[in-house]
Parts: sequence; C-alpha cells; structure tokens
Amino acid sequence: MIGVIVRRLLLAIPLMLIISLIVFVLGTLAPGSVAESMLGSSATPEAVAELNRQLGVDRPVLVQYAAWLQGAVTGDLGMSISGGRPVVEILASRMAVTLSLAVGALLVALLLGISIGVLAAVRGGLIGRAVEVLSVLVRGLPNFWLAMIAVLFFGVTLMWVPVSGYVSFGESPIEWAHALVLPVAVLGLSEAALIAIVTRAEMLSAMRSDYVRSVRANGYPWKRIVFKHIGKNAGGPVMTMTSLVFVGLLGGTILIEQIFAMPGLGAQMVASTQTHDLPVIQGLAVFYTAMVVVVFLLTDVVHGILNPKVVAK
Amino acid sequence: MSAVVESVPSRSDAGGTVDRNVSFVRRMLKQPVTAVCSVALVIIVFSTVLAPVIAPFGPLEQDLLNAHSGPSAQNLLGTDQLGRDIFSRLLYGGQVTLLGVFQSVVVCTVIGMVLGVAAGALGGWVEVATMRICDILLAVPGLVILLVVLAIFGQNESAAMITFGIIMSPTLIRVVYSATVAVREELYVAGARVAGLTSRQIMTRHLLPAIAGPALTQISIVAAVSCLAGAAIGFLGLGVAPPNPTWGNMVNDAQMAIVLNPWMLVPTGGIIAVVALSLTLMGNGIRDAYAGRSSGSTSAFNWRALLARVTQKETIEPRETETSTEIHRASAVLEVDSLSVALPKGGDEVKIVDGVSFSVAPGESLGIVGESGCGKSMTISGVLRVPPLGAHISAASIAFNGTELTSLSEEGMNAYRGTGIGFISQEPISSLNPAYTVGHQLTEAVQLHRKVGRAHARRIALELMTRVRLPEPEVVANKYPHELSGGMAQRIAIARALAGEPKLLIADEPTTALDVSVQAEILDLLSDLREQSGMALILVTHDWGVVAEACDRAVVMYAGEVVENADVRTLVRKPKHPYAQALLRSSSVGTAPRELLPVIPGAVPPPGSWPNGCRFADRCEFVEERCTSAPIRLVHTADDTSARCVRVTPILQGVK
Repeated sequence: MIGVIVRRLLLAIPLMLIISLIVFVLGTLAPGSVAESMLGSSATPEAVAELNRQLGVDRPVLVQYAAWLQGAVTGDLGMSISGGRPVVEILASRMAVTLSLAVGALLVALLLGISIGVLAAVRGGLIGRAVEVLSVLVRGLPNFWLAMIAVLFFGVTLMWVPVSGYVSFGESPIEWAHALVLPVAVLGLSEAALIAIVTRAEMLSAMRSDYVRSVRANGYPWKRIVFKHIGKNAGGPVMTMTSLVFVGLLGGTILIEQIFAMPGLGAQMVASTQTHDLPVIQGLAVFYTAMVVVVFLLTDVVHGILNPKVVAK
Repeated sequence: MSAVVESVPSRSDAGGTVDRNVSFVRRMLKQPVTAVCSVALVIIVFSTVLAPVIAPFGPLEQDLLNAHSGPSAQNLLGTDQLGRDIFSRLLYGGQVTLLGVFQSVVVCTVIGMVLGVAAGALGGWVEVATMRICDILLAVPGLVILLVVLAIFGQNESAAMITFGIIMSPTLIRVVYSATVAVREELYVAGARVAGLTSRQIMTRHLLPAIAGPALTQISIVAAVSCLAGAAIGFLGLGVAPPNPTWGNMVNDAQMAIVLNPWMLVPTGGIIAVVALSLTLMGNGIRDAYAGRSSGSTSAFNWRALLARVTQKETIEPRETETSTEIHRASAVLEVDSLSVALPKGGDEVKIVDGVSFSVAPGESLGIVGESGCGKSMTISGVLRVPPLGAHISAASIAFNGTELTSLSEEGMNAYRGTGIGFISQEPISSLNPAYTVGHQLTEAVQLHRKVGRAHARRIALELMTRVRLPEPEVVANKYPHELSGGMAQRIAIARALAGEPKLLIADEPTTALDVSVQAEILDLLSDLREQSGMALILVTHDWGVVAEACDRAVVMYAGEVVENADVRTLVRKPKHPYAQALLRSSSVGTAPRELLPVIPGAVPPPGSWPNGCRFADRCEFVEERCTSAPIRLVHTADDTSARCVRVTPILQGVK
C-alpha cells in the first residue's frame, strides 16, 4: 500500500508541474504587461521597462517560471498586484471556507449517493426509475439556479437558515454549521446523483457476475452478498467517480460562494479575474489542483484497498 | 482425453451493423422524449438566430416606469429591473450563450475525434501519450481554468468557451478511443485489411458507423455541460459584460432582485435548464437508439429481480421411469421431477429446459451430458435456483433428502445450499470474488456453514486446502484469485463448496476452462473426495470422456429435454438414442488413437424453435415419419435405461 501511495505521489508531481506551467505560460500571453497596468496609461516607456525589470518579467518565460517554482516550493507564491498582500496569505485566510464547503459537500454527496444507489440496486422498481430521472435532472439543471431557488425557499420564505454569509468555526461552531447547511446541501445534492448512478450501475453489473452466482448457489445470505461481496467490488469504481465528482464540485464552490456571499477561494478567484490579478490567479489554480491531487490520492488508496487487482496492474 | 463436441453457431451477426444504422435516426425520433427535445432545441436555436426579427423590443430598450413587472401581453415573460423586456433579452442573450456552446462543441468534437481515432487506430506511443493527457485534463477543475483564461484574455467569452471545449475533450477522446479499439479488434478478426480494403474504405465502412452513436451521445452531454458552464460565467459577471444580455448574466440580474421580483428566476434559469436538459435527454435518446433498446430498460433489473420465480406444477409426463428408479427414489439425495426453466424474450417466455427429471442416489456420481445449448447448465441453475435474470422455474418436485425445495423461500433455500448441496462453476477464477484473498473467502464459507469462530474456521480452511491438494496452503491463502492459475482456483472453488460438508456436490463443467493435464487432476480429485466423504456428485459436461471416467450414471440432454438416462457402462457400450450414439462416435471413447472423429452434422435447434416431434429428427440418420408427427415420450427399457426414441424397442430386439 505504501508503494501505491509513493507511486501516486510521484505521478502527482508532474501533474502539478504541468498545470502550473500552463497557467504560467498563459499568464505571459496576456496582452499588456503587469507594469503597464500597475503604473497606469500615463507611465513613460522607460518607467514601464524599469518596473518590468524589477518585477523580473522581462526575462524568458521558463526562467520566470523556474523562479516562481523556486518560490512556490518554499511557500512563496508572489504578491497580489491589486492588494499588495502575499498570495500565500490570501490563500491561507480563505481556504477554510472553501474546504468546509467542498469537504462537507463531498461527504453529503457520498452518503446520499451511495445510499440511494444501493437502494436502487437492491429494490429497483420505482426507486430505480427515480434515480434515473433524478440523474438526468441534476445533470441538466444549472446548480447555481437551484441554489438560488433553495435560498428563496429555505432562506427567504421559511427563514430556516441564513440567506448568505459565513462564520468561522473558531468563532462559533454552531453558527458555522448553520451557515454551511444550505450551501453544502445544494452542492452535495447536485453531485450525489452522479455517485448514485455509478453505485447502482456497478452493483448491478456485480450482481450478474459469476462469483455472486457462485456464492448464492453456496447459500450465502443476501445481506452478506450485497453489502460485503458486491459492496467491496462496486466500491472501487465509486471511488474513481468520487474523485471526478470532486473536480466538478470545486467548480461548484466558486458559484456557491458567489451566491451565498462566502469569503472563500472561489470568491477571490472571481474578484481577481475581474482585476486581472495574475499572481493570485496562478496561486489559486495551483492550490485547486493540489486539492484535486490530494483527493485523487485518497480515492486511489481506498480503491487499492478495496480492489487489489488494480494495484497489481 | 476425448474430443469436444461443439455445435456451429446458428446465426451470424454479419448484417447487424448496417441494419443498425439504417433505422438509427428513425428509432431515435420514435422516442417521444427525444423527439420533443429535438423540436424544442430547434425552435430555441432558430428563435435566437432570428432575434432581431422576432423580438418585440431591443435588448437594451428600457422602460423604467414598467420595471419588475410580471408576464403580460406586452411583455410575455415580464420585465427586469430596468423595465427591459425579458423575452427579447433572452432571445438576444441566447445568441451569445448558444454561440459559446457551438464553439466549445466544435473544438471538443475536432480534438475528440482526431485524438480518439488516432489513439485507437495507431496504438503505440500515440495511444499512451493521448491517454496520459486525458488523465491530466480530467483532473483539471474546468471552471478554474475558465476563470484563468478570462482573467488573461480580458473577459473574452469565445476564448473561454474554446478553452472549455479543450478541457471537455478527454471524455470524448475516451469514448471515441474505446469504440475505435473495438473496431480495430473486430477488423483484426475479420481480416478486412487482408481482404484488400484501403484504410479510407475501412474508415467509412466500419469505423464511422461504430463511433457515431457513442460519440454523438457524448457530444450532446458536452453541449449540455458547455451550456451550463457558459451560463455560469455570465452568472459570475464575467464574459460578455452587461448591459448586453447573456443567459448567465440575466440569472445574475434575477439574483439581485431575488426578494423584490422572484419571478425573474423562472424564465432566466428556466431557458438554461430547458436547453441543458434537452441536450442531456437527447444524449440518452441517442444512446438508447444506438443500443437498439427502449429507454430506461435497465430500471427493471435489481437484486429482487435476480431472485427467480418458482412455481410448482403437476407432472406433465407420466413417470415411465417409475418402476426402474424406485430403488433410487426411495433414498435419493436429489430427485428432480419435470423441471422446466423459461427465460423472458421480447415480452414472451422461451423454454430452455423442458420437463427434465432425474435422481441421484447417495454416493452416486451422475453425469449430465450434451452439446452446448442443450440446457444442461440451466437445469443445474434451476435446481439451485440461480438462473439468469427474469427466469421462471417450474417443477413438479425438486426434493433434497426428501425435503421439497420448490415450496421454499429464498432464505429457506439457503438452509440447503452450501450445507446440503455444494456448487462449483465453470470459470474457476471468475467464480471467486476478486476483491478478497482466497483464504478469506474459504474461512468465510467455513464460518457461515459450520458456525465456528474465525480462528477455528481459518484452521479448517487450511485443512480443506490440503484436502484439495493445494501445495503450501498458508502461502496460497494470502493470494487473490487473479494471482492463481485456473487449476488452483478451481481447487479453491471445490474447497469452498466442501466447506459446508454437503451431501451432494454439483459441478458445472468443472474442467472445461482448464488445461488438459489439469483436467485429469481435478477429475481425480473429485472422484477421490467423493469416495472419502460418501457424497453424491452431479457432473455437468459436454465431454463424453469425463462421463466415462468419473460417472456411475448419465443423463443425456438434447434441446432442453432428457433423451437418455442410463448406467454409464451400458451407455458407453450400447447407447440407445441416436443422439447418444452420435455423441459417443464423435468422442474418442473406445476409438483407436489418431482415428478421425466423425462430427454430428447440423446444430441443436435453438430454444423457441423446437419442433413438435423429435427434436433430434433433423440431424438423425434413422428419421422416419412418426418421428416428426407428435412429441416423443421417454420410454423405459430393460437394464434400468430410458430413452426418448421411437426406435428404442427395435434397438433392444437387435441386441437380443
């Protein structure tokens, strides 16, 4: 198992490098230089060139990237252009919001998705059909729109939960939970459908398998077959889907943070996009990718534990 | 060992692909949901294109006195915060959003088709590199990269949507890739290249039709996701800037007025939902039409459906074997009377097994023999009640040690499965759970059947492994099924079946999937185990040699029914039914080495098209008129034999 983790980590490094390089190269393609936007249109070409030299953006792209990388490894992602704060500081102050949201939603998606999927696979009939309809609906409906309808209903009409905002866990765990309920539920629900579909499909295909027929013929009780034998085999693909769901879910956090006015990484991303604050955007992109890498690693490990054949490959 | 009798497949699927494509579009439009979605999409696309003609107002035309009004004759969908007509703005806004969808889909399609086909057709490093790039792109959060692009290219919506098309391409690449690989392998088998077709001919004739369905399905999903992503950009206030409308920034306007005018949410979010849903549903429709099935057909399957229907029926056929097998019957371990198994087919039921009766005495070894497709394995599935999905089992009686099994519930059956009757299947490795070590699986079986503690069960499991002659049980126990050879896996499967110390072991073609040398070892093992424990054995096989070697009695099956039931020595010396005679001739039992074996001409009639008379008549060299006029009964003869042939008596006279 340790071998698996090491191997996945080794694969994660090139992934991080490639993503950061793409973002970095894209950044240098931006029309106009950083210095121009910092100094304004009245700046003399000499002043712009001077600032460019100071910022180091007159060097070749790869040299710049190497310098950025060197900083990144030591925890320095540069400075925000608009706010003048270190990017790392901005990330640190906002990541708790996004992590609470993303991890909470992932847990909701997993719990709900797997329960519904198992139920549909075992009982079928109406529930099976409901899962199919739900999966199409959730894929087709814009989740930011659903979120707004949820706000309207639970926040404005029923007033069960706050309409927007975020309270940190350290400040008040109860209010923290209260503020998170609706955004986590909306985000989790829309991703639960995908997990439910995969859970159901994988369990159904396992039910047709030879080993299930064999243990049935040898008198194993159905609960043991469904939850132990089929469950462990279906678990692997469900984990793979979970990692993909997490990727989609991160995109979802950007929208949800916007709707619920939560001071997370996504809100920062949108703000920095509007102000063309490239260092912050680069830092954010790398951080999002790092989160994906961690989740891929975790799901891979779980997959490996569930299905040793995958490890053998 | 002996020759294997296998029938020629009765139908080839050669015409399948062409047929599929002709009716593809028609079948798609026959689905009401898909048809409605297609029409809705066409209407929406045309109205946005024709916005300047259709729209009653300009997109920026304000009427501040009429802000936030609901739907009216003048403003079909109401007005927004500046009194602008929402309907008109939706039409103009759709131009931006749908153009974005189009750009994204075109980019994704081009990349997906080119790379997918290249990776699938060329293989080698192209394949490896493409798949690696796909893995990386799949790990990229799309919306994050969209924002990066928007930040760099200054709110350029087209740049963002083109980028999104690139980010979405791995899903399409994978779909096209696997379809291409399937065609490549098919072609390899068919030898199309050898037949002198140019690669372009191969492309148009085989590849495009094969890829079209899965690719179109995926493309419509990409379109739906692009629509949602484009709307998301607008909603975040990025891309085309207000006051110019996009579907996304109109939802943003609606959010600002969520308390004041909640109605705005309905048309603005609604149009996005309608387009994305229609695209998704169309994808499903294409998939179903391509697979040639009705929508939602999988929803019928679940664990409950797997549990077969069992009905007890009256005996149809008079028991002509009664007197002879009475000795058997009194003390039989298993006694099956008129067992039928039917499978669903197009709303109807087709019988696979038709009124099969046999019995097994304690310690006896019974062979069930016949060509593939005669219903041997299905008979066993019927007895153990583990047939394929949707099967209907009926029998006058299935009695195990005097207990009637047909009236038992699934739970009731479990009291006999494993502990009364053990089962091993044809494919040893796939009959074991790939996710657990074999030691774990054996221990589990012992624990379940013998109600002992875990440590004790583990000891018994290791003993069982020794009994089935596995070397180094401790080492093998920690291996997973895929790490074992077929022979070793079959020994584990046998050990698992023995865990409950059954009175009867049913082995369904236990040696078919194994190497010839291993086959003999497994047969020896089964015979020895039977002698040691005194359990009875049912051996399903198409191999006459296995019957001769390992069985006391044999039941010969043809087209779902028993055609002969006899002592093996009698059967091998003087088979009475012409089919049994032909089977014996086509095997090497009793023939000199290197002699050419005759083959039975023709094939077993498939279930559902069995003739009224003798089912072997088409292939029988002795066929006469009375054979085909009415069903043939199983006739009991001397020396404890029964056969389903009108000529049985003449054959007997010949012997005497």
